[in-house]
Amino acid sequence: MTASPLAALFLREIRVARRIGGGGMMGVVFFLILVTITPFAIGPDLNLLSRIGPAILWIAALLSTLLGLDRLFQADHEDGSLDLMLACETPLELIVLVKCAAHWTVTGLPLVIAAPLFGLMLALEPDSFGAVAASLLVGTPALTLLGAIGAALTVTLRRGGLLTAILVLPLAVPILIFGVSSAAAATSATTPFLTPFLILCALTLGAIASAPFAVAAALRHMSE
Amino acid sequence: MLKATCESLDIGRGGRLLVENLGFTLENGRALIVSGPNGAGKSTLLRAFAGLLPPARGRWSLACDTREAQEPGALAHYLGHAEASKPALTARENLEFWHAMLALPGTASAHTPDSALAALGAPQIVDLPVAYLSAGQRRRVALARLLLAPRPLWILDEPLTALDTAGQALLQAMMREHLLLGGLIVAATHAPLGINGLHLTLGAPGDGAAA
Repeated sequence: MTASPLAALFLREIRVARRIGGGGMMGVVFFLILVTITPFAIGPDLNLLSRIGPAILWIAALLSTLLGLDRLFQADHEDGSLDLMLACETPLELIVLVKCAAHWTVTGLPLVIAAPLFGLMLALEPDSFGAVAASLLVGTPALTLLGAIGAALTVTLRRGGLLTAILVLPLAVPILIFGVSSAAAATSATTPFLTPFLILCALTLGAIASAPFAVAAALRHMSE
Repeated sequence: MLKATCESLDIGRGGRLLVENLGFTLENGRALIVSGPNGAGKSTLLRAFAGLLPPARGRWSLACDTREAQEPGALAHYLGHAEASKPALTARENLEFWHAMLALPGTASAHTPDSALAALGAPQIVDLPVAYLSAGQRRRVALARLLLAPRPLWILDEPLTALDTAGQALLQAMMREHLLLGGLIVAATHAPLGINGLHLTLGAPGDGAAA
């Protein structure tokens, strides 16, 4: 019964996302649909597909991460939970970090696990499955945290989802660049894997360290 | 020993000053009852008391034996118009979560989610998703938080809303017991709450002088 506040918050977020209407699995299904649609648009050129496969997987991951993010704080704002979280003794920055971690566990982690499978549909070389999954594993937390800033800024808006995407997508460009280049490294001889991968790690660590403060500041400001 | 102090507090919203130069002291077992017409600023005042809105001027603090004077928000229960329950979770899951979030270190509750809801006259709803509950039942789930995580100050915005007659009587008894145990209550209301305390009427002549 007397769980730590942050553990209880993590559990609650996971439970809410997995119940009906929580939209936990929606991200993966959206990811699947994006990946499935692309070969239809491009045509049956397997070489082209396998060359741009990592980029498609990354763009799909970016879009499906953003899909569920607009409700990250909005739902709590609407039902009054956010007021109690703002007032309680647990630092808001930690609450934000735990909410993002739970959100990533439900939406980001399934993408990482599913990516090699979806890679088959894009005619990716088996050698690059590991690189794609590793780059998504390291990069998607940064996408979630960046998106959380957008979600916090639009928390009081009814249709904030699109605005969140507009705010966040330009900021996600560096993550996309280094994510795709480390994912594509396995198949191309010109780029090494480790250099972009380490920069991607650095971007994610930077986001973990700084985004919670930005999100918390935005939430405090928006709720006044 | 519990003492909430409000000194020359100004609270504004949207560029308009709603409360000017408010000053009062609440000690052990006292209540402040805020009334006034719609739009007078009752909810805004309560949000400021809960620490959700910085005052334009003045000080609002809470001192008790074990802790030095501080922002009362972290020691208060704030019950606003929204119930802060997740519709997809059961009443028990909601209450267990809020117990973990809101329980103050070093305080033990005599209640479990079951007994808190039983005390509010709704023991049968504990395992139902909140989405299935009526407005009054949701209110009872929210009120059960007050019992589950003991906190010295209760900030209640229209606490009687949606409750039936029996529920109102239970809540009134609950508030009287909280005051008897030395707790403090700040409540905004239109209907009589059945507790004694300072009365503050907003939006009326003599604004700001709690009497």
